Amino acid sequence: MRIARIREKKQEDTIEVVDLKLLDPIIEKFKFTKGNMIPILQHTQNLYGFVPKEAFVKIAQETGLKLSDMYGVATFYAQFRLKPVGKYIIKVCHGTACHVQNSTAITEALQEELGVKDGETTEDNLFTLESVACLGCCSLAPVMMIGDETFGKLTDKSSREVIRKIREGEIGTPCKN
Amino acid sequence: MENIKVIVGLGSCGLAAGAGKVYDKLKTIKDANNIKFDLKKTSCIGMCYREPLVEVVDSSGSYLYGEVNEAKLDEILEKHIRNHEPVKEYVVKTEKFETPDNSFFNGQVKIALRNCGYIDPESIEEYEAREGYKSIKSIVANKMSQNDVIKTILDSGLRGRGGGGFPTGLKWKFANNNKSAQKYIICNADEGDPGAFMDRSVLEGDPHSVLEGMIIGAYAIEASEGWIYCRAEYPLAIKRLIIAIEKARKKGYLGNNIFGVKGFNFDIHIKEGAGAFVCGEETALIASIEGQRGMPRKRPPFPAEAGLWRNPTNINNVETFANIPWIINKGAEAYAAYGTERSKGTKVFALTGKIKHGGLVEVPMGITINDIVFKLGGGITDDKKFKAVQLGGPSGGCIPEYLGHTIVDYDSVNATGAIMGSGGMVVMDETTCMVDIARFFLDFTRKESCGKCTFCRVGTQRMLEILVRITEGKGKEGDIETLQELAYQIKDSSLCGLGQTAPNPVLTTIKYFRNEYEAHIKDKKCPAKNCKPLLTYNINPELCTGCMLCKKVCPSNAIDGERKLVHSIRQEDCIKCGACFSKCRFNAIYVD
Repeated sequence: MRIARIREKKQEDTIEVVDLKLLDPIIEKFKFTKGNMIPILQHTQNLYGFVPKEAFVKIAQETGLKLSDMYGVATFYAQFRLKPVGKYIIKVCHGTACHVQNSTAITEALQEELGVKDGETTEDNLFTLESVACLGCCSLAPVMMIGDETFGKLTDKSSREVIRKIREGEIGTPCKN
Repeated sequence: MENIKVIVGLGSCGLAAGAGKVYDKLKTIKDANNIKFDLKKTSCIGMCYREPLVEVVDSSGSYLYGEVNEAKLDEILEKHIRNHEPVKEYVVKTEKFETPDNSFFNGQVKIALRNCGYIDPESIEEYEAREGYKSIKSIVANKMSQNDVIKTILDSGLRGRGGGGFPTGLKWKFANNNKSAQKYIICNADEGDPGAFMDRSVLEGDPHSVLEGMIIGAYAIEASEGWIYCRAEYPLAIKRLIIAIEKARKKGYLGNNIFGVKGFNFDIHIKEGAGAFVCGEETALIASIEGQRGMPRKRPPFPAEAGLWRNPTNINNVETFANIPWIINKGAEAYAAYGTERSKGTKVFALTGKIKHGGLVEVPMGITINDIVFKLGGGITDDKKFKAVQLGGPSGGCIPEYLGHTIVDYDSVNATGAIMGSGGMVVMDETTCMVDIARFFLDFTRKESCGKCTFCRVGTQRMLEILVRITEGKGKEGDIETLQELAYQIKDSSLCGLGQTAPNPVLTTIKYFRNEYEAHIKDKKCPAKNCKPLLTYNINPELCTGCMLCKKVCPSNAIDGERKLVHSIRQEDCIKCGACFSKCRFNAIYVD
């Protein structure tokens, strides 16, 4: 727990000192557009990998959007994260086609390989494991997506293999959203 | 002599199967100038089970190669491209000779998918070369009135391909009747059904057909702004849409006074969804574009009257729009010639699950489910027993094998308790547990319920709890009746399609597979041998050789036995992980 606390503090520091300026062009771009709340949050998440608390406050101050509305939207849509994520986000597909081809086994294998539960991030901040509804590559089921890369026809073994290869730096594209 | 053309399929599924590497390799070879050929990109031709696909077109015809890897590619380059001799054993589709895969295309009629897999989706010129933007130009040149356009669509019998099946022409007519200075046209590309990827393929493979459909719609209802609401999970589709819109703007097909008509102003924006299934519902989608939580609104007023920012709005699905230019080009009669009396034209299905030829098929309405599964789909994987197809995703239902003669049209499918839906068709075999499938869908709808209506929010949770209990072997007498009662109450008391249809998977599985529910509840058995808590692993003494492998892999030390002696499993310690079952080389372990 102690380690987690220290890490959290560090991130807050960096964001406060450096990163909030990065928001300016986004706010500038969307300030006066109708229906801007979701695009602003999406772009913010692209910047940081999640939507930091400080960003909410800054956006509210500068655009006039209500904090409560923003929080409502950010927690309604599955896309938004309020916590930092790992460098690689593993999205394991649990659509119908993947389910009947036993995607549960893939998630279980990855949980074991990474030592985290679904939705959690590894201690080294390298991987976040997520389940998604459907990636639309049903004929290659079971599938997972890491960054922009899709891996199909997975087995327990091959999914672990992918993780190992990323760890060793052979493959993988980090993804921020 | 004309160069040989080499075309690589670079849709999402092709890329996932490794088409990117194939393309890169071809590019390197081409750039090195050792062999001369033209290298082109296209998108998904629908044959997902054979990805990556490479098409070689020479003076004698076209040859589509399947499952191309580096070794095969070398052979194709050497034999076919250098020496003009097709490598017959790798060809999956050609008109020159019979291939075992030809059956996948026989019986398909490509209207919405007319260009998918044939053109480079990033080239507006290639789209135009295949009659692209011809229909809107002819509308303008012939000075067709709005009513003429709407009448053509009405006469064609086209019904909403997103699942609802509402006549498209009628929708346009309502939007046209409501006069307002500002009207909108929206393309619903929030394809959320798990197990469906028709819209993704159209957007990735032929984005201009959707844009043209929207422009025609805008002309018909006098809309000046369009939105495409696309899932963020489809990055490639979004990228290709952005390119397509950019190119259409440059050509003057989007913007002000388009196609030389004074006052015909129309432009299209893309709105990336943020991951909410309920946004496929039209009023929730509108709320989402407005920047709010995607919660459905009460209808009436319908969007045609008060939609986006309270202005008249028309919403159609991707596939619906992709059909429009074809209908205008070929005429309403040509379209209505396909299909059944009340469902005209064709429908695209994403054929997945336990099927040999999984992929994207477009078939005329009226074809039977058996024909799709066995003729186009090639039958069930590993020749297991066909059990059911799931149509319509979480809103749909399971149609059992004995109703395989059901024809595919809106009314016949509805009569079974399933719905046509957007076109996901997941095939299930004897190893799929129907109670587990019902649980799977309920879990999905429960998570995706927006929470506005109590019955949908709480009711799906209660139904899920019962289903989980049944699959864990804790089902009790009366559970089936409680499920049915809850199901009807949720259907009656929910505002939008999500809640009204969420119980369908449960109701249809109870209707057709009640015996499986009863086996779970009364006998504590899972007939499909899928629900782990209900399984027991045993060792057949006649087959066991005492090799000790199972004993070694067992994580809970539940297996007793010495070398060369028959082993046995202590049931009280068995955690039912199945490790021994998959490791045994003598089939001595059986599941009950």
